[in-house]
Amino acid sequence: MKLFTSIGRGWMDGLLAFHDSLAVLGETVCETLALPLRPGRFRGRDFLVAFQRAAFDGLPICTGIGFLLGLILAFESAAALRTFGVESYVADLLAIGLFRELGPLVTAIVLAGRSGSAFAAEIGTMKVDEELDALSTMGLPPVRFLVLPRTLAATFAMPILTIFVELAGLVGGAIVLKMMDIPGAVYWGNVVRTADTFMITFGLAKAAFFGMLVGFVGCCAGMRTRTTADGVGVAATSAVVGGIVSVAVSDGVIAVVCHFWGV
Amino acid sequence: MVRLEHVDAGYPGEVVLRDVSFEVNRGEVFALLGGSGCGKSTVMKHMIGLNPVLAGDLTVAGERWTAKTRAALCRRIGVMYQSGALFGSMTCLENVLLPLEEFSGLKRRAREEKARSLLADVELLDAAEKMPSEISGGMRKRIAIARAMALDPEVVFLDEPSAGLDPITSSALDDLVLRLRRERAMTFVVVTHELPSIFKIADRCAMFDKARRGMIALGTPTALRDGSEDEFVRRFFNRGES
Repeated sequence: MKLFTSIGRGWMDGLLAFHDSLAVLGETVCETLALPLRPGRFRGRDFLVAFQRAAFDGLPICTGIGFLLGLILAFESAAALRTFGVESYVADLLAIGLFRELGPLVTAIVLAGRSGSAFAAEIGTMKVDEELDALSTMGLPPVRFLVLPRTLAATFAMPILTIFVELAGLVGGAIVLKMMDIPGAVYWGNVVRTADTFMITFGLAKAAFFGMLVGFVGCCAGMRTRTTADGVGVAATSAVVGGIVSVAVSDGVIAVVCHFWGV
Repeated sequence: MVRLEHVDAGYPGEVVLRDVSFEVNRGEVFALLGGSGCGKSTVMKHMIGLNPVLAGDLTVAGERWTAKTRAALCRRIGVMYQSGALFGSMTCLENVLLPLEEFSGLKRRAREEKARSLLADVELLDAAEKMPSEISGGMRKRIAIARAMALDPEVVFLDEPSAGLDPITSSALDDLVLRLRRERAMTFVVVTHELPSIFKIADRCAMFDKARRGMIALGTPTALRDGSEDEFVRRFFNRGES
């Protein structure tokens, strides 16, 4: 009996969370659409603070991870490709892998861990301290104050971080190929030939979309924080898990759709 | 000013208090009393429009809380939360400025002047540029009162203003409430269970009991202390003694 009760509760909690997220999504969309009409109402300073923390403070870790990613990818693939004497194709593999897929995906995972959890913890703490109630009773929608600036900050931060991950990854790959006596000119020439403008733009657009997802999921988790001792911790965890899952699922959907559209 | 008629208070699926009826008159300090967990904060949450009532009728300044009236009603009330609920990323001055920026329509200089005069009213002009984390709990509550008064509300709700404060700070906060009531003719609804505070500031009070899930007394604090025949009311006012 207990098992059925807990399964039922789990489902109900999940449905309620989905319902709440939809409500926040609706409000966020309305506020975003209203932004050009009333730009003065946008909390620009909150956006800049969130943007600085998400983008600039995240640059060192993203660059480091990108560099290691490129290094490992190049090392592992070069070993296999060398068997066929085509190790110069590592550049093609890296360019396609980083610009189209791994760059945005890995950056989104890092952003979920750094900023998604931070958004959830910030908003969750505000909820526990009754600051969200204070906003509501002042007639100020918490979505406009808290969700919109952070979601937009994550959306704009992601392409910047992704560019750094991709460039650092290419540098990592270059170092490996240099060690394998492949001339730098050949490597960079292959990268430029493979990575066309569409591929780069597509990857960055996907990055912005992932940023929006991570930011929104983090903020939603914060808004749903329970006022218990472990409430903020649970919210931060669910922001990271929810952010990564939503990015992975949407990346899969985008990959399938692109395959059928021949993109 | 605030009227509750046969209100069931609580949350969806959970009635905390049944059939609550009372009226708060303009210009009075009205206290909501009761033991911990009796539902007094729940009643206040209905009064400030955070939660809808489960049954009955609740009006603030003659209006019900609906989606249509919400925006206007929010500007006619001020709320001080138990923790102060100041925004940690803003200075004390910015906290008081926020409602003025959003709703007052005043020019920048006029807004700042008004915010500074509100801070002077609560005797905390020196703390204007400090962050909430840099000031004490009592100061945070006074800043929260200044913020609550920013739009010259008709009624101010105070949730446990004395909670966590030493007797001297608590008494100073009571003096502040009395002075503001006198100078600005504001109505105050105060959630508290601090007896010295109740006797000092409250004109009338409503008392709730968790066990009976309802309002058990209504009147002036002295009348309830001296004249009530209810065992719980007598014990409450005599600090646990019958």
